[in-house]
Parts: sequence; C-alpha cells; structure tokens
Amino acid sequence: MAALQYVTWQLPMTSELFLQYIFAGLTYGIIYAIVAIGFNIIYNTTGIINFAQGEFVMLGGMIAISLNPLMPLPLAIVLAVLITMMVGALIEIVFIRWLDKPSVLRLIIITIGISILIREAALHIWGEGIRSLPYFIGNEVSSVSILGTRISPQVLWVMGVCTVMVILLSLFFRYTLMGQKMQACAANRTAATLCGINTRNMVTLSFMLSAGIGALAGCVMSPITYTQYDGGTGLAIKGFTVAIMGGLGNSMGAVAAGLLLGLLEAFSVSVLPLAFQDAISISILLVILFVRPHGLFGRRDTAALKEF
Amino acid sequence: MKRFLPLLALLALVISIQLLTQWTGTTYYLTQLTMSGYYAVVIIGLCLLMGYAGQISLGHAGFFAIGGYMSAMLTTRNLISFQNQDWVVLLDKFGLLAARQDLYGEAILAFQPWLAALIAIVLAGTIALIIGIPVLKLKGHYLAMATLGFGIIVYRVFLASEIFGEADGISGVPGFPLLPGVIVTGSFGARVGNYYIAWTLVIVAMVMLINLINSRVGRALRAIHGAEEAANAMGIDTARYKLKTFVLSAVLAAVAGVFLTHYNGGIGPSEAGVMKSVRYVALVAVGGMANLWGALIMGVTLNFLSLRGFFGSYDDAVFGAILIVIMLFAPEGLLRLNLAAKLKKLFSGGSRK
Repeated sequence: MAALQYVTWQLPMTSELFLQYIFAGLTYGIIYAIVAIGFNIIYNTTGIINFAQGEFVMLGGMIAISLNPLMPLPLAIVLAVLITMMVGALIEIVFIRWLDKPSVLRLIIITIGISILIREAALHIWGEGIRSLPYFIGNEVSSVSILGTRISPQVLWVMGVCTVMVILLSLFFRYTLMGQKMQACAANRTAATLCGINTRNMVTLSFMLSAGIGALAGCVMSPITYTQYDGGTGLAIKGFTVAIMGGLGNSMGAVAAGLLLGLLEAFSVSVLPLAFQDAISISILLVILFVRPHGLFGRRDTAALKEF
Repeated sequence: MKRFLPLLALLALVISIQLLTQWTGTTYYLTQLTMSGYYAVVIIGLCLLMGYAGQISLGHAGFFAIGGYMSAMLTTRNLISFQNQDWVVLLDKFGLLAARQDLYGEAILAFQPWLAALIAIVLAGTIALIIGIPVLKLKGHYLAMATLGFGIIVYRVFLASEIFGEADGISGVPGFPLLPGVIVTGSFGARVGNYYIAWTLVIVAMVMLINLINSRVGRALRAIHGAEEAANAMGIDTARYKLKTFVLSAVLAAVAGVFLTHYNGGIGPSEAGVMKSVRYVALVAVGGMANLWGALIMGVTLNFLSLRGFFGSYDDAVFGAILIVIMLFAPEGLLRLNLAAKLKKLFSGGSRK
C-alpha cells in the first residue's frame, strides 16, 4: 500500500488530492484486474479457481529482483516472466493434469496447498524482508506532471503495461489459432477434443499464460508496492473479488470491476483507517457473493456462457 | 453401545498416557497434549461440517479467535475506573464481576470467566448464524472464498483493534474456575488436572458428535453431502441442517478458543490467521473427511508434533505438503487408505463389481 501512504487525512479534498486518489485507485485497480484475468484464464479452460494465483505475482517480482543485479532490468523481467511460466506449467503437469475427474473440493484444497508451498519456499529462499525492483525510469522522488498533479512515472508504467497486456490478451483469444483453441476448450471440452484439439495441453497453456501475466504485473508493480513472500494471499483475494464482480470468466468485466474496486479502496482511505482497507474489499466480495454471484455486469442467464 | 467402545478405549489411552508420563518423568509432554486436545475439538467440529455436511470452511480459526479473544478481553479489561458507575455496580451486585490483583499487585475488576465464556460462545454462535444464512447458499469455490474472506475480516479486525491488543494480542488472562478446585490455567502445578479437563472436553464433544451422526440428523447430513438436490427432494430441509451444523461447529471452535486462551493465559492474532484455518482443513482431510476418529487421531498427532517444534521452520510448509499429498493420492484420508477394503474386494471375487 506504499503508493497510498502519502495520501494523508487532508480535508476538505482538493482537486489535486482527488486526482492523487484517482491515480492510486487506478494503479491498484489495473493490477487487481490482471490478477482477476489470471483467475479467469484458468477458470475458463478448467473450471478451477487457482488459489495460488497471487503467488505467481509474488514469484515474478521476487525472481526479477534476484536476477536484476546480474543483467539489465528488461532482460531480468523477461527471464522472470519465463521462469514463472515454467513454474505454472510445472504445477499443472505435476499436480493437476493426471487427476481423473477431481471434485471441486479436492481441487480447491490442492491449489491452496500449492500456494502454501510456493509461499514457504519463497520464505526460505528470499527471507521475510521486503524487497523491490528499482524504478524503471528515475527514482522514488522523480515525478511527472499530469492534469496539474504530480505522480511517479512508475504509475504510468504499471498502467501502460497492464493495459497493453489486456489488449494483447483479447487479440490473442480472438485472432490467433491457439487462442481460438483455448476458447473452444472453454466453450465445450468434449467438442474441442472431437475437433482434434489437445485439451490437456490447452490447460497447461492456460496455467502458463496466467502465471506469465501475473509475473509481469508483479514486476512492474514491485517498485511502488514492494514484494514480500506473503504478498500473494491478499492479491489473490482482491483478484478473486474483482473476478466475481466482473462475472467469473469475463475479462472485460474484470477490468471494469478492478478499476472500480481500486478507486473504492483509494477513497476509503479518507474515511477509514488503512488497516481496515482489506476488510472493505472482502466485505464487498461477501456482499456480491450473496446478492449477485453472477457479477455486477453479467445477467443471471448469461452467466453460464463463458466468454474471455 | 458398540459405537462407544472406542470412546472407552480413548479414555483408557488418555489415562495411561498420563500415568506413563508420570512414571517416566516426562510430564512436560502433557502441556502440548492439552493444547492438542483443545485444537482437536475444533477439528472434529470442522469434520462434522466438511465430512458429513460436505461444506468447506476456510474461516474456522475466526470462530476459535472470536471465542478466545472475547473471553480474554472481558476477563482482562479493567473496570476499576468505572466502579462507581451504575452498570458496573449492577453487574457487581449480581456477582458477575470478579476482583483480583495482577502481577504487580494492582487491583483489577473484570468479568467473571464464566460470564465472559458464555458471552464469547454465544457471540460466536450468533455470528455463525448470521454469516451462515447467506454463506451456506454458496457452493464450491464461492463457499471456500466466502469463508476465507470471513476469516480474513476477523483477523483484520482483531489485528487493528486497540481493545484486542492489536499485534500483541491479549495476555494476563486469569484462570477459568469451572468447578470449585477445577481451574483451567497454565500454571505449573495444574498441569495434570488441565490435561484431564481438556480431554474430558474432547470426549464430551466426541460423544455428542458420534450420537449426532448416528441419528436422523447424521443420515440427513450424509444425504446432503451425497446429493443435495436429491436430499431436498426427499423432504430434508437441507438449508436448515447445513446451518445448524455450521453453527454447531463454530460453537465447538469457540469453546476450544475460550479454554485454550485461559490455559495459555493469552491469545494473539496468529490464532485467527488464514494459515490456522487451512491447517484445520488439512487435518480434517488427513483424517479422511467423514471420519471423526480419523480427524481426532491425525489432529492430535500432527498438532502435538507441530507444538513440540518437530517441523522446525517448515511448520506451515509441512501442512501445505500434507494437504497436497493427501488430496492427490488419498482423498479419502490416510486411515481409509487401509488395505482392508481392498482385500475384501479381492476376496469377494469378481462376482460383485
């Protein structure tokens, strides 16, 4: 929550402070959206909610931080993303692939176990300390002026990279053969198999893809939000909240819901202590689960139809 | 009566372990056995909910913590500065407050442990009831996430509230005099007595749950687990049964929380943490989901090893690994992996499939 710390309890709200809130909210919001899309990709191809989704984000950040002293930053990030993708694929191959029609409860517990193992491994490799990547441009005090308020250029990096990721993903699913295969697999697995698509490989691919986007998000956000071994759980809950808000499986819904949750959180700081910020988003999750489990934007009857 | 024979065996085991530690001079093991006993109460309660009613809860540490924290707060909050106010005088008149001195000889006026425990347990039950009505309508991932979310909110609230000691938790919780001379406390001299208090509670809970699962309610729960729609069609009020089970298991967790907090003399926010909830789920899973005895045996064994520091800094990792391995290779639990069933299958020949 580092980016929010400079937002103090200044009232009445000036227009500059208002913009600061907006930018903080959008930054976190787009990160939540990326985590939510990670959930969606795996959910769409497998029907699994991967409770280890947040750990991919942490892992991406941590690996990039470790590689950074050895090589230029862009290369470190690319390698970190690739390694995390391998981890994602490995998890699917070792733990998921060979199970024969596992029950939902079993899968929930397995992915929870995986998230614990990744977290504990990170604790033993990197320790409890808080780490971060350097700022991509400038340092923590440099800022750019936008609409009369000053923000860190890293905020623009986060928003830019995440937006590009969302666009590329939707292009990938719409226009590439691989993306269409994955969509076919999501729509009807049996039919996809009959068309000669290797659905098992598509599932592995979906784990790689969602690990990759999580890791990239983890890298770009690291300079402002920092990376810690147990940072994944909180992100996973927020990401899941967003995925549910947007309608599970609906990635455009996730973007809208992510930005909404980010803004809500940012503005909640002005009325509630920071410590309760997590409680707010979880309360939102509970209320939505109780009232509109098909999401804010979906309709009940269309919730069954999966859409990337 | 056949189903109560194992309970007699358990009682005999409890007594013989105590005598054995006495004889070998290793009574220090009793401390961890007492704590494992209290955790076992949470685990068998969760076993009823997960194994028999088929509803996962990733928020049971929350109920444990509500019991423990409320009880700790009410018995340590010093009301001495309010002693002239009407409500304090009134409470005192009815004998609901207890005066004592703390370590430094300062006078403390706080709630009677009995009243505090009652309030704590009723509160946990009420919260379970209120939360349970909407939560138990959910299924699968949604149910898991909703209960996980509930657990995190409870954790955050305890961690952020000044009245609950924030990150330090609450310490200096007095003993809990259950009966004259029977006090739940961690003091050195009361170790053996407290071991028996804890295991009496375990046995009482077991008797209650065994009776429950062998009754009409138990059959209804199993029907719900098997196929909820079918159970509904058979005229079982599934929502009501699920809710009752949820509240019962939450109350058991809260009772364990109250006792263990008095035994430890305090409670910290880690007791409400997500990892604790996951650990309870892991232990139920290892025990074999719908298997009270399995949950009890595995729960006590693994908690005892964990509390003795057997797993070192890999404590959480061990429970994570247990979860995965059990769910991958033996989703029916470790004790159900037994060869008896497979042998029976083998001997019955190919005639029955």
